[in-house]
Amino acid sequence: MRKTTGIGLSAVMATLLAAGTASADTIKIAFIDPLSGPFASTGTNGLHQYEFAAETLVNEKGGVLDGDTFEIVAFDNKTSPKESLVQLQVAIDQGIRYVVQGNSSGVAHALTDAIEKHNRRNPDDRVLFLNYSAVDPALTNENCNFWHFRFDANADIKMDALTDVIAEQDDITKVYVIGQDYSFGKAVSSAATSFLGEKRPDIEIVGNELHPIGKVKDFTPYSRKIVSSGADAVITGNWGADMLNLGKSVIDNGFDGPIYTYYAAADGITAAFGESGKDRLRLVTEGQTNPPPNDRAAAYIEAFKAKYPDGNMSQTRITNVIEMLAKAINEAGTATDVVAVGEALEGMEHESMWGGTLYMRPEDHQLIQDVLITVHTNEGIDYDLDNSDYGQRMEHRIEMAGMDSPTTCKMRRP
Amino acid sequence: MDLVLVNLIDGLVTGLLLFMLSAGLTLIFSMMGVLNFAHASFYMLGAYFAYQISVYLGFWMGLLVAPLIVGALGAGVERYGLRRVHQYGHVPELIFTFGLALLIEEVVQFIWGKDQIPYEIPGILEGAAFAIAGNTIPLYKVFMIFLSLAIFGGLLFVLTKTRVGMIIQAALSYPRTVEALGHNVPLVFMGVFGVGTALAGVAGVIAGPVLSTFPGMAVVLGSIVFVTIVIGGLGSLGGALVASLIIGWMTTFAKAYDMRMEDLLTWMGLTKPEPIWDSAWQDLWTLTSPQVADILPYLLMVLILIFRPYGLFGKRDV
Repeated sequence: MRKTTGIGLSAVMATLLAAGTASADTIKIAFIDPLSGPFASTGTNGLHQYEFAAETLVNEKGGVLDGDTFEIVAFDNKTSPKESLVQLQVAIDQGIRYVVQGNSSGVAHALTDAIEKHNRRNPDDRVLFLNYSAVDPALTNENCNFWHFRFDANADIKMDALTDVIAEQDDITKVYVIGQDYSFGKAVSSAATSFLGEKRPDIEIVGNELHPIGKVKDFTPYSRKIVSSGADAVITGNWGADMLNLGKSVIDNGFDGPIYTYYAAADGITAAFGESGKDRLRLVTEGQTNPPPNDRAAAYIEAFKAKYPDGNMSQTRITNVIEMLAKAINEAGTATDVVAVGEALEGMEHESMWGGTLYMRPEDHQLIQDVLITVHTNEGIDYDLDNSDYGQRMEHRIEMAGMDSPTTCKMRRP
Repeated sequence: MDLVLVNLIDGLVTGLLLFMLSAGLTLIFSMMGVLNFAHASFYMLGAYFAYQISVYLGFWMGLLVAPLIVGALGAGVERYGLRRVHQYGHVPELIFTFGLALLIEEVVQFIWGKDQIPYEIPGILEGAAFAIAGNTIPLYKVFMIFLSLAIFGGLLFVLTKTRVGMIIQAALSYPRTVEALGHNVPLVFMGVFGVGTALAGVAGVIAGPVLSTFPGMAVVLGSIVFVTIVIGGLGSLGGALVASLIIGWMTTFAKAYDMRMEDLLTWMGLTKPEPIWDSAWQDLWTLTSPQVADILPYLLMVLILIFRPYGLFGKRDV
């Protein structure tokens, strides 16, 4: 009860403050992600999380600098790199200096290239790219640049954490790797083989296979191969319908080991797995929600669910993006000079709302953070996903995962 | 050897499911000469209706009621849509059904959203029926097999042994004569369209929980259904069954066994170019059967069209 009054009070104060500083500016942040098409639900949910984070974490607390407030401006890119570039230009023409994007590494590559070119040619209205979800390692390695900051752990760091946990399980001696036939699926497969070979040379990779992305109607034949290979565990990078169908099929057809994966939660997937995936699905992710790491995180999730009852607090890193950007703007003392803001972000350490410390590694602009292994269950779940009673509970926490992971990034600074 | 048996069963399930879809489509085509592009959309509607009913009344009521609603919708589409468009010829009919497919997908997204919906198999059918060498055959699949066999039997009985079936068969070949004999041919058409779409609805109801229920489910199955009826012979029920089973087994076996193109080419007396990653033929040499499994039915269709254009059991040219 006291907590609610606290929130109410700060809201009132924020309103008073906002009224007091009528001259304050708004700092616009362009959200370029799918708001229509097959991935629309992921994009829309992400947009809600951004709007909520900007409102609660910045604007209601008096904004940044002299009361400047954040405003999220949504641009629909239909998950297309081409469309994203059009939208980027529109955003730049509106005077927007900050771009956030996350869904699809293909789009992220297009944006980071375009932004680097733009910033080189137009030193007067440069743009920062805050990537919150695209995990292709290349974005912070060979294709890195000063303007790109990644707030999610990249695919290699996640696989490193995942294989750490698998390596501890002595009863796992055979592993089956299966994924979608495109760059991310291949990256997952090669990372899994190389990390497991290093950490547990005795583990046999009994299958390593790629299937057409989004085209498989029935995964039964694949499940048969997995079961008859005698695998103790399955590793997959599948997402969306491919994740759900593969997971359900292997479980239905007699596989009884764990399934280690990246994206098997929220957007209807948690609800669809329900009981059948209990204690079987293990995700490598960031941002602890079960149990909530502290009262602040708990109150934040509750407030979000109160505003969006059908939504999911599924991308906790979004709050990190907003908080760290606000902090960097305050430190730089300006929101218009993005070089100063970028320099403030570099090497920034920040206490995450979701527990643990965040560190923006200056060499490659990869955020180093705690990576979690969570399990799909309905026990000990304070905050479920898809309103299904099921959610992801933390099992392992790898602190500052990938802190000393190598990078080939050679950044040219402005 | 055990795995062969398991794959035979898996392929049978896939094939029978395909049959339930293609049976209705091929009947509608042979009677009205209309390729119904929206057929798979009725399959999707079956799954969504059954889900909505199962939320309140349980799976079994869904299985009973959803196909009836879908069939009624289908009959309505024929009566108030297709019949009016019919006078303008076949192309407008095609465009009409094509537009209908798009419309149904949008409506489904509008009502149920873009996410997958949690349509589950009923508790009584959960779990394994039996296991062959560690490979469990889910009870639900056994149920699917028996249900589709029963439907096939029923359909065959109605078409060949009853008076209604005889009128339908007569209307298939000589609609004008049948009409002259005093039968209401438009009513027969409407009935067949309704039954055909209801069959698609049944397929949706039982496939929804295993193949997942989402707005793209019609598109995923849409093209393969056409391939099936072309292979089987347009208008032939038996052909649809045989083609469905062939496709089911062909894709299942191709995916379950990692047959490599490399072995085939070596067997044909060719030598593998070394190093393979520099060769222009790299893609061909590194192909495996799971990668091509889903295009095999299309390949078969092309071959059928070349060598036997009226399909396996069909009587008329495509």
